[in-house]
Amino acid sequence: MTLQQIFVFAALGLLAGRAYGRISRPWLLFAASVLAVFWLQPAALVRGFDFWLPAASLGLAALVWALTLPPDARPSREDKLAAAALAAGALLLAATRYLGTPILTASRPPQVELVAALAAVLALLAWLAARSLRGRAAALGAATLAVLAILVALKAEPLARGLNAALRSLSGQDPALATALDLNWLGFSYIAFRLVHALRDRAAGRLAHYSLRDFVTYIVFFPALTAGPIERVERFVPQLHASFLLGAAELQAAGRRLVTGLFMKFVLADALAYFALNPALAAETTSTLWMWLLLIAYAWRIFFDFAGYTHIAIGLGLLFGVRLPENFARPYSQPNLTAFWNSWHITLAQWFRAYFFNPLTRFLRTHNWPVWAVVLVGQVSTMALIGLWHGITWNFLIWGLWHGVGLFVHSQFAAARKGRPAPAAWQHAFSVFATFIYVALGWVWFVLPQPAQALQVLRVLLGLS
Amino acid sequence: MDTHTISPLRLLLKAVLLFLGLNLLCATLSPMPALGQLSLYNNLLPGRQRLPYGDDPQRSYNLNLYSIEAMFASHVLTGAPKPADEFRVFVIGDSSVWGFLLENDDTLSAALNAASLHSADGRRVVFYNLGHPTISLTKDLMLFDAAMQYQPDLVLWPTTLEAFPWGKQLASPLAQNNPQRVTALAERYQLPLAVPAETRSPFASLFFVHQRRNLADMLRLQLYGFAWAATGIDVHIPAEYERHAVDLEPDESYAGLEPQLERDELAFEVLAAGIQRAANVPVLIINEPVFASDGANSHIRYNSFYPRWAYDSYRSLLAAEAETQGWQYVDLWQAADNGEFTNTPIHLTPQGTLQFAYAIIETLSSQFDLNP
Repeated sequence: MTLQQIFVFAALGLLAGRAYGRISRPWLLFAASVLAVFWLQPAALVRGFDFWLPAASLGLAALVWALTLPPDARPSREDKLAAAALAAGALLLAATRYLGTPILTASRPPQVELVAALAAVLALLAWLAARSLRGRAAALGAATLAVLAILVALKAEPLARGLNAALRSLSGQDPALATALDLNWLGFSYIAFRLVHALRDRAAGRLAHYSLRDFVTYIVFFPALTAGPIERVERFVPQLHASFLLGAAELQAAGRRLVTGLFMKFVLADALAYFALNPALAAETTSTLWMWLLLIAYAWRIFFDFAGYTHIAIGLGLLFGVRLPENFARPYSQPNLTAFWNSWHITLAQWFRAYFFNPLTRFLRTHNWPVWAVVLVGQVSTMALIGLWHGITWNFLIWGLWHGVGLFVHSQFAAARKGRPAPAAWQHAFSVFATFIYVALGWVWFVLPQPAQALQVLRVLLGLS
Repeated sequence: MDTHTISPLRLLLKAVLLFLGLNLLCATLSPMPALGQLSLYNNLLPGRQRLPYGDDPQRSYNLNLYSIEAMFASHVLTGAPKPADEFRVFVIGDSSVWGFLLENDDTLSAALNAASLHSADGRRVVFYNLGHPTISLTKDLMLFDAAMQYQPDLVLWPTTLEAFPWGKQLASPLAQNNPQRVTALAERYQLPLAVPAETRSPFASLFFVHQRRNLADMLRLQLYGFAWAATGIDVHIPAEYERHAVDLEPDESYAGLEPQLERDELAFEVLAAGIQRAANVPVLIINEPVFASDGANSHIRYNSFYPRWAYDSYRSLLAAEAETQGWQYVDLWQAADNGEFTNTPIHLTPQGTLQFAYAIIETLSSQFDLNP
């Protein structure tokens, strides 16, 4: 989100806060989120895709909603109204192509007829899903795999390039110019996890019945669209229906989070970005001392950037009466890696714990694996997947493994120390320092795409080069 | 729940009042010069070897800015008082002095420092690069004026015809963005420089609106200092660049002037102002090397900058003016081999810079008794 977009959302929150007696907050948030998903989408290099990608986000949300309807639920009048609003919104946006200048989309939207045809196809698919496939384990499993397949296609460089080449061909552009970055599908990493959460909870019979309007709002809620946090639907939707009035206390809380977030993101993180470690600086720096400074600058830069966005998302959410979950809790003050991962990108770690680590370790335990092996496999594979979620490349995989191994070693160390007295203050301080250094060294793998360069930087950091 | 409601209008009004109040305070205090002197350089960070300039900040860890105070505060020159054993030489001028497409170790000042000269009284001679990559005598004078407080013992002023036409004096963005300094110099030395009156809307003259670029640049200069300190890089030299033209257009025009050049068409008064500003400090004016083509139409032009008639007239006029005024002057226009120019007819390779430096050292030895 740009500063301008944040201010527009904040202004909308302030204005709407005075009007909830006259307008419906769930409908307002639905409309704002649907429009914002188009407005926030950056320009795509494949023609028309800064329209099609947000449209696909909404289409996927609608399809998954249809698939996850409880067996006894029937689409209500409100659901039909929400579906009509989605279609009308897409068609109206497409019609702005005749105004000459794009209004909400980054470039001229595609033809209205094409949008209408695809909206009709989507409606038919949703109807079929709701009628014949909903709740079926196979359909839910297939849908989960499909969502994950899209995520993999976007994150794996060769697949993304191939996909972009194919899409370029379809849109009459030169496929030879395709790169992996042509499609910047805003927020899909988070959208995918919300969709998978709904699909898996439906398969487990845990998902309640939500209206299409509320479900779509949950999937593309604009404060959390670009960088999370990953809210759970059963916590999110009831907040839409709770009574809410934007009073002084709410405004003060929201304002504090917004100001903190803006300062972290646009002052601290953006300032540190000037000299935070990056591939160019890594190649040009030979001094151990300066390399440490660049690395520490990167560690704080990524924290302020991400935590700043989270503050902004929470602050905007509070303006609209939605309290999004915390994502950071002083991660660099933690005395061990386990505590670090309980306080860094908390909602992502919780998602992986719920949908990967717990099922996997349960499976391994029921197959009589020794405890240490269950922990090792569970933690290393979970962290490897968290690494790959950032991008399917060697450096992210190594970063994940770095943390996975670190978590395993800490778990064994903690088990061995069980029952001993609490550490002294100096021991605690040393643990915090050592944890920070371990995490900071891990960032070397994260920030440098080439593992060979990362190794070279580690050599410089350790004074071996 | 606290149900006390908030008035967005009242909130907006308070914000506007705060903004206007802060602007008024800043406009009253005029803090920009003082802010410019606040610098991490020479304190937490090493000072820069040359004045800030960079068209590609993300790769050169350097940038263009207009605050003379901030530029000097970042320079190594201002880092410490002048040592007693130092014979201080400022080298002012354009991009060929600054070292366009040259690493710090390859600039003219670096080449001169590498010669380890000493003055007759035994002080070590230290050359400071105060060049700035735009061509204008007025811009040189402005920087020279600011630098004089740092106690030079000698000033080298390499220059070229392009810096002389009156019409080009205010073409430098540095001069354009420091109208008060240029006006002050024009008034002090009776220079016919017409500084355009500032035309801004009342809103644009608000302190933060007007100064936001300068404030941001000053902050960015500090932030790029860390990358500069870590890497020692302050210029981006592309692996490949377009070489200067050898075959030339059959074009005899130069800066709208007609043959022969008249003395009054060149800004000798600005040069004289610089020498007057130096007072007792000697100034050596140097006609810097230029490329002399032997390609197509080289009978008409020396290079893409200069037709032969204009450059020949300029050399004659400058030599005559120096003699008349008693200025110390040396013409080194052919001090570098023709193969040692890079992207323009005045930018030199490291080898060409060394050749130029050797020629200067000969003059310094003979005229100022500065020897290895």
